[in-house]
Amino acid sequence: MGLISSTHSMSRYHIEGKFETAVMDEVRNGLIKNSIPKLENVYEEISAGWTPCESPYNPDFEKFSFIFGNYFSFSLRIDKKSIPAKLIQKHMALEIEKKKEESGRDFISKNEKTEIKEKITDILMYKIPSIPSIYDVLWNYEEGSLFLFTTQKAANEFFETIFLKSFDLKPIRLFPYTIVETKSKLSADQKENVLSLSPLKY
Amino acid sequence: MLDIATAYNKYTFLGNEFLTWIWFLIEKQKNLSTIMEYKESITLEIGNSIVLENNLGDKSKEKITIKGDQAGLEEGTTALKKGAWVTEINLKCKIGEEEEYKFTIKGESFNITGLKTPAIQTSKSEDEFEGMILEKTYLLQKITEVIDTLFLKYVEKRISNDWKTKEFQEIRNWIHS
Repeated sequence: MGLISSTHSMSRYHIEGKFETAVMDEVRNGLIKNSIPKLENVYEEISAGWTPCESPYNPDFEKFSFIFGNYFSFSLRIDKKSIPAKLIQKHMALEIEKKKEESGRDFISKNEKTEIKEKITDILMYKIPSIPSIYDVLWNYEEGSLFLFTTQKAANEFFETIFLKSFDLKPIRLFPYTIVETKSKLSADQKENVLSLSPLKY
Repeated sequence: MLDIATAYNKYTFLGNEFLTWIWFLIEKQKNLSTIMEYKESITLEIGNSIVLENNLGDKSKEKITIKGDQAGLEEGTTALKKGAWVTEINLKCKIGEEEEYKFTIKGESFNITGLKTPAIQTSKSEDEFEGMILEKTYLLQKITEVIDTLFLKYVEKRISNDWKTKEFQEIRNWIHS
């Protein structure tokens, strides 16, 4: 797993806001409500949700803990079906040939091609299994800081959407500007000075 | 707070300036513990890669990548003279006498990749799982705190009144020496 592995890639977040009621319950409920479904929906291209970091393929937060000392740790799992373009190309060619034979015509219209492509994509989407990707999350609630163990843009975007939906707390990516805003002890005037900086020329 | 996407693009330069400053600190063997007001000793070394970028004005960019454990950095210093900035750097950071961290950091996002912390005891036992997580977390917090503290020290210097007469001149002299 990302958190325990020997090499890490990570992006960091500041979590804005606090829960108004019991913290553990809010987190537990948010995780359970938005956990990844145990059974795969065969028609869905992408499915994403939380799972315990100890048990990525069994999203059971009653059985596996998400509380480790002062931290919450769990994983984001994204299951994605990806149909290789060449597979679609192959089935398209076969289907077009079949259609030509059936209709006795030697051409297929653009609309028909679009219809065939949609049908083939649906069939392949149903047949092809999804590939799971797992990204660990480490959340220090008291300090409002969080590590997400990936730097992939798509995974970050999924994380931000699902986190906000689950806990109603906004995750703010930490990069130079947001570090100054959320982690510095600079006064309002000093922050204004930072905002007015422009690139140097040595 | 500014719109996040706008702020990300607008202040990318600040992260790149910071990485360039780190190179300067390493080259000039500055005492990081003093700069950061840390009790523990902190040392940084350039690891096995550094990437520099130079905006050429017409929306095109020049990118210089230097890789290798013992790679010479002459092309990098030449690029700095031409106006380039460090946009990504692999660093070795030693905290105290024994803790060594290796990682690559990007200036624009502060994304950290290839981070190796000091080794922790791994075990398959469920009872020890929590211990492993907490130990790893402690190390991750420690290295990110070093990065943030150093960055915020740079920002403090950058907005100080004597920036132009002190640190700026020193960096300029180093680049053009």
